[in-house]
Amino acid sequence: MRTAIRIALTAFALVTLASTGARAADSVDPAAEAKAFQKYFTDKFPKLKLEEFVNGPYSMNEDMHKQWVDKEEFPPYDFALDAGKEAFTKPFKNGKTYADCFANGGIGVRQNYPYFDEKEGKVVTLELAINRCREANGEAPFSYVKDDMASLTAYMAFTSRGKPFDIKIPDDPRARAAFENGKEYFYTRRGQLNFSCASCHVQNPGERIRAEILAPALGILNAMPIYRSEWGGMGTISRRFVTCNSQTRGVPIEPQSDEYRDLEYYLSYVSNGLPISGPGARP
Amino acid sequence: MASTIRVRATANGDTTEVQALIQHPMDSGYVKDAQGQIIPPHFIQQLIFECAGKNVFVADWGTAVSKDPYVKFAFKGGNKGDDLKVSWTDNKGQSDTLTAKIA
Repeated sequence: MRTAIRIALTAFALVTLASTGARAADSVDPAAEAKAFQKYFTDKFPKLKLEEFVNGPYSMNEDMHKQWVDKEEFPPYDFALDAGKEAFTKPFKNGKTYADCFANGGIGVRQNYPYFDEKEGKVVTLELAINRCREANGEAPFSYVKDDMASLTAYMAFTSRGKPFDIKIPDDPRARAAFENGKEYFYTRRGQLNFSCASCHVQNPGERIRAEILAPALGILNAMPIYRSEWGGMGTISRRFVTCNSQTRGVPIEPQSDEYRDLEYYLSYVSNGLPISGPGARP
Repeated sequence: MASTIRVRATANGDTTEVQALIQHPMDSGYVKDAQGQIIPPHFIQQLIFECAGKNVFVADWGTAVSKDPYVKFAFKGGNKGDDLKVSWTDNKGQSDTLTAKIA
């Protein structure tokens, strides 16, 4: 008798769990989320135009803006851009190129990544798509954090400059769940310092963390990949996520794992409408 | 391979303003790699800007200059259309040269 009750209770618990899970995904309204997210930043920085947020810390005050104007005249990502263009056009051993893997030959498509692949049921980022393209053509995949990947994405972003982020969330509960997971990752505190992504990039953009000025989360991915003077080199979105996690003394997860893909999906979607400005230069 | 030098020079009245970016690792010899092995010193020793047969800027560099160095300076003289020759040599005997027109 007791076992029967227990089984019944467990079954009941499972049913409620499943139904709340489904309800959560159904009630997500990403468009309203994005609107509220953008409004938060435009209210916080009423002088800034929406498209200026893509310049990250360089949009945060006049002095930084001056530095940015100077830097853009002679940008440090220039070498990576050249290397990326060369790598992009150089054929694989089988004679095909990256252009064969992407819509419009890979030119001017950055703003459509990441997208939700309904067949796979997961988010596909540009970095992931590049490595899948390499593997499909018998080439070894690139490291997600290092120069080769950064140069390629730099070139692809450069050909897409000015195009507004156009991330779509299809009418699929899994896509909405991915968006929601990304949001949860973004707002969850972790690491020894107990920081969430939002602690810095939503609550404190424009403030200093040691000598650095924090970038607003709005438009933060539009400028990727970046030449970071602190790194003395280029970094990808994956590198940014991994180092953010380790700087809060957390344990980073694997680049392009589901959580990071969902996070990129969420962060890109809420910046919809803001222009691609990558590759960027950052202090 | 593309040049390791990027340079832009603009004549402005009686002075010419020059900006240059050079791609170089500038290893100091004091840094270890992921395997714990010392990365041997590899740095630019001399950088020269030459205009109309005259050196307008000469830098003797050491290990304290950072990776991918950026230089900005101005010199008296220099006209639109003049050649500005940039060259560097490093401690391994490698070098690169680029000639740009003053705009």
